[in-house]
Amino acid sequence: MSRKNPGELIDPDRRKSRFDLSRYIYLRKDSVQERVVNGIYFENPVFMLVLGMCPTLATTTSVTNAIGMGLSTTAILMMSNLFISLLRKIIPERMRMPSYIVIIASFVTIVDFLMQGFLPQMYESLGVYIPLIVVNCIIMGRAEAYAGKHGPLPSLADGLGMGLGFTVALIVVAAVRELLGSGTLAGFQVMPAAYEPISIFVLAPGAFLVLAMFVAVMNRLKIGAARREDEWDPTGKFVCGDCRSCPRVKGCGGKPAVEAAKGSQEGRR
Amino acid sequence: MNPKLQVSASPHTRGMMTTGKIMSLVIAALMPACVMGVLSFGLHALLVLVVSTASSVAAEYFYEKLLHKESTIRDGSAAVTGLLIGMNMPPQIDLWIPCLGSVFAIIVIKQLYGGLGKNFMNPALGARCFLLISFSAKMTTFTGGRGVWKLVTEVPATTDALSGATPLAYLKAGQTFDLKALLFGNCMGCIGEVSAIALLIGGIFLLTMRVIRIRIPGSYLGCFAVLTLITAIVRGYQDPVLYTLQQLCAGGLMLGAWFMATDYVTSPITARGQIVFGCALGFLTWVFRLIGSGAEGVSYSIIFMNLLVPVIEQYTRPVAAGMVRLNRENRRLMRQKKKEARRLKAAGKKEKDA
Repeated sequence: MSRKNPGELIDPDRRKSRFDLSRYIYLRKDSVQERVVNGIYFENPVFMLVLGMCPTLATTTSVTNAIGMGLSTTAILMMSNLFISLLRKIIPERMRMPSYIVIIASFVTIVDFLMQGFLPQMYESLGVYIPLIVVNCIIMGRAEAYAGKHGPLPSLADGLGMGLGFTVALIVVAAVRELLGSGTLAGFQVMPAAYEPISIFVLAPGAFLVLAMFVAVMNRLKIGAARREDEWDPTGKFVCGDCRSCPRVKGCGGKPAVEAAKGSQEGRR
Repeated sequence: MNPKLQVSASPHTRGMMTTGKIMSLVIAALMPACVMGVLSFGLHALLVLVVSTASSVAAEYFYEKLLHKESTIRDGSAAVTGLLIGMNMPPQIDLWIPCLGSVFAIIVIKQLYGGLGKNFMNPALGARCFLLISFSAKMTTFTGGRGVWKLVTEVPATTDALSGATPLAYLKAGQTFDLKALLFGNCMGCIGEVSAIALLIGGIFLLTMRVIRIRIPGSYLGCFAVLTLITAIVRGYQDPVLYTLQQLCAGGLMLGAWFMATDYVTSPITARGQIVFGCALGFLTWVFRLIGSGAEGVSYSIIFMNLLVPVIEQYTRPVAAGMVRLNRENRRLMRQKKKEARRLKAAGKKEKDA
């Protein structure tokens, strides 16, 4: 079993889990399709990486809001990823954070004005969350983790995948909340007229409840997949689970977590 | 083999009390209040209590069946949760609302966190707050009951009497209410909270059976009473003592203090912690009832303090047998030493960086 490149999605016969999509899909690393699938499923920013919680909790009161928020974030994410990737060799290492912020803020301002001009109703209902995309950690995170190290085309695809993953997650959460909380979907009455809306779901506690349920289900799938891939080894081979979507995989190199931890402890001494 | 020579991990001696016994004692203690509620509001109230209890037990049974877990409905904790939910309902509520509340309490608040003993919040109160936020109109509408006796719903000598309002609404407006009605239950309110005497009898029964201790309800009611008395005097109400007594007897305070705040799972285990917990509850209820805009605040205070229980336990951990509690001078020295060590460490780091 190859442990050299744990970020790869190749080697289809390693995938045994029913829920692991890579069992069915064979994709080259950093190709456009791989980035999109990765963003929507394996590294879904909301359910897997648990990033961008503030807009996820706040703007998912209706499916319409979720689509608006998701697509505007996608547009900004794609453009900022593209430009950060193009400028990655010019931006000095120590100045990269401010530079990223400036790039992201420019695109957020563009989207902000465009929405104000052409979609005033949506702009009203999303309110402060459009300007707040500047500090959305998905965008910062992708700039740091991907766009700053890869070429423009994969970065653009990464932005698309992550943005779509974010949009899908928002729509899923919003659909449940809107259906239970007001009996509608994207503004259309879906539930029968006798249905009494459980209004806690459109309020803040409902957002936490629904999101937690989804994250729990995704964790179940993720942990289940990690366990089935290799047989369970109590010595700690798979203590930390999924190397593929782990941001620290560079540090441990896919080594057993216990060994990696030991190594880092010795280093500290 | 001599059983005294057996080697095993602690605990070595166990009491006769089991979860099932405790829960049946709690149900027995709740019965007087239930009877008073049903007598006050009629058969529909009885139906609400039955439905909420049954749906709670059913939710527990089916969840555990579905997940292939050992069934725990026999220990009675689900029945207590369901009964408490029913007692927290207005008498004329639609039956599906307590049913939904029971399912939410058992599945979301209790079972998803691992079942009895692992829930971080009182399931019955969590469900009450869930319903209160979701169906606030239905949960706060108290329409006339058809009980055995006539309810006292109006304050004598007021012209703008609110029809069907709970005693707390009158108290909120600074008026007084008939204390006798509050004690014996012929006034408006949730099914289980109307009769303070019945709840007190239940609480004293639990005390004498050693199911609960006086620490939490005592400090809760005491702290609340003192604060309310002071407020009543400061605000210049006619009879501060009577007002305080009415605040104590009205609403869900008795039910909450004796039966919900004392839940083993969601209250501190340390003696000092229990007193801190009770006082904080009294303070919060006072804030919600007398300072805030709402009339009732018992359920929110209890679930809020439930979340702080781990912190309270951490700070009130008793000293282990044989250890010495540090006196003030020693504590000061310890702090100084720690500070010195931190300073040295920081200085060393700075040197390294330079």
